[in-house]
Amino acid sequence: MESLFNQLPIGLSIAAVLLLIALGLTFTFGQMGVINMAHGEFIMAGAYTAYMLQDLTGTQAVAVALPVAFVVAGAMGWLLERLAIRHFYGRPLDTLLLTWGVSLVLQQAARDIFGAPNVQVVAPSWLSGGVEMFGSNLPYARLFIMALAIICVIAIWAYMNRSRQGRRMRAVMQNRELAGCSGVDTERVDQLTFFIGSGLAGVAGVALTLIGPVGPNLGTYYIVDAFLVVVAGGLGQLRGAVIAAVALGLLNSYAEFWTDASLAKVIVFAAIIAFLQFRPQGLFVLRSRALT
Amino acid sequence: MSEKLRGYGLFALVALLLLVVAPLVLPPFRLDELAKYLCFAIVALGIGLAWGQGGMLTLGQGVFFGLGGYAMGMYLKLHDAGPGGLPDFMEWSGVETLPAFWKPFANPVVALAAVVLVPVAVALLLGTLVFRQRVRGAYFAILSQALAAAFVILLVGQQGLTGGTNGLTNFYDIFGQDPEAESTQRSMYFVTALVLGVLYLGARQLVKSRFGRLLVAVRDGEDRVRFLGYNPATVKTITFAISAGMAGLAGALFVPVVGIISPSLLGVVPSLELVVAVAIGGRYALAGAILGAIIMNYAKTGFSEEFAGGWLYLQGALFILVMTLAPKGAIGVYHQARDALARRRRPPAAEDDAPVPQKQEVPA
Repeated sequence: MESLFNQLPIGLSIAAVLLLIALGLTFTFGQMGVINMAHGEFIMAGAYTAYMLQDLTGTQAVAVALPVAFVVAGAMGWLLERLAIRHFYGRPLDTLLLTWGVSLVLQQAARDIFGAPNVQVVAPSWLSGGVEMFGSNLPYARLFIMALAIICVIAIWAYMNRSRQGRRMRAVMQNRELAGCSGVDTERVDQLTFFIGSGLAGVAGVALTLIGPVGPNLGTYYIVDAFLVVVAGGLGQLRGAVIAAVALGLLNSYAEFWTDASLAKVIVFAAIIAFLQFRPQGLFVLRSRALT
Repeated sequence: MSEKLRGYGLFALVALLLLVVAPLVLPPFRLDELAKYLCFAIVALGIGLAWGQGGMLTLGQGVFFGLGGYAMGMYLKLHDAGPGGLPDFMEWSGVETLPAFWKPFANPVVALAAVVLVPVAVALLLGTLVFRQRVRGAYFAILSQALAAAFVILLVGQQGLTGGTNGLTNFYDIFGQDPEAESTQRSMYFVTALVLGVLYLGARQLVKSRFGRLLVAVRDGEDRVRFLGYNPATVKTITFAISAGMAGLAGALFVPVVGIISPSLLGVVPSLELVVAVAIGGRYALAGAILGAIIMNYAKTGFSEEFAGGWLYLQGALFILVMTLAPKGAIGVYHQARDALARRRRPPAAEDDAPVPQKQEVPA
């Protein structure tokens, strides 16, 4: 029984990481139909940003890097959107392959710039240590990531539901043509969405430096799971992403605990297939009468 | 010369090149490499069928390739170990009795049947579950990719049952032949080339049949096909299963050709690489899929031998360029050039036989 609670913080911290990554994906995917495989490399870019800042800021790199990584990764995403992706609207499957090509190039670039071996970002001292919770030790670093995920969710929610730009974004997501007819500059909305979505990947990358080393392949470890969160949660659905990330994080940690790490992935996959039998479009669906 | 005759002529030419010229000209080492590329070409053919014709972007063909390969590898391992013996890696991992799911693979007939039947069964199950619920487009692509990721993690994790990261290797006896012998490699090359040829002709027939038309119709307008009274889920599931069977067969051929099957050949990246190859060759033509797989793998070997890191830049850049400028791949460029030439010769009123623009689903 005790172990039942033991796994809870572990599962929640996996969930927080997944959520941070999936947040950006669900909007670029939901609004623009873009499956951005390079999202993982924006995570990597965020993590390396923290690594670079270390020379300037010492151990406080993580705190300073959060906004910087947001801008760096966001700018990379914006550039990608401007240079390539905007020619691909209406061809979602092609964007997947295109962005995979981009991710290959970025990974190799990271290998050439920073070297193939992993590097370490030193966590600030105020994040060392942890609290006792449900009989297991929960490091402050994990708590920090959870808090970060919650802050990001609130910020995104406020942006979408309380700002003019967010309203435009929702309009484009619901019906691109009609939004365009009503005077929304859809291209600008796309650019901004891509900037924010990619920027969130950068933030996630900084968070990941707290729980592991940074390497050129950092993004590839998380990208598949993050996409599963998007699929299970429903496209462009904030609520869906939150619930799906928590569910997947918990399922992952409990399945790993009861069986082993390799079977856990299979169980998670089977669970998602089973779930899609009841909700083929994910947890929440943007209702539309459009015929696909 | 009519289109049909030209097609047959081209096929005969390629067959001549592969079956007569290549074995005569290439040194044994390169011939073995070519046999490996032909295995990948078989997988690519399946991808061409499922993705190019059916619009199902399957990013998990490595799973089916692996299932076929492991079925073959398990038989060879058990054969080497002899009756009652254990494969070497099991002894190293401290497994004492043969796991139950290994037992049927001691029989060559069962193992060879499993090479095709297991991937087909998995694809039928997944296809039924996914396509019947109208999960499609990008969702399907993501799910197939997640399957590949989970499959590889499972293989690596269950070291004692699957050989872990090393996979299955060190085969000493392939159906009575020495795997290292030149004659064995030569005959494996011919078998692989013949299988590819037969599968290509079969797939071509399928595409030209009523079923093939339905498949293309499902790709271009799934809902409309449904409104006409067909069940798109059935069409897609069957096609997906066929492509899985092809990948399984390719995996089984790969094992004696290369002498190893391991998780690193099956994961997300190798699966995607083949899809990329198909896109570069030309996804809307089956020949393009095969062409792409052979060229890309050839280029990969060539470049990796020269400078390792450069290949990833080149592959990524090539890929971005192809997707942006020529989404129909090499075959598409060839068709465009041919049509442009024909238009210049003929008066401008001549019919335009350029392929119809493809429509893809936008997720709702």
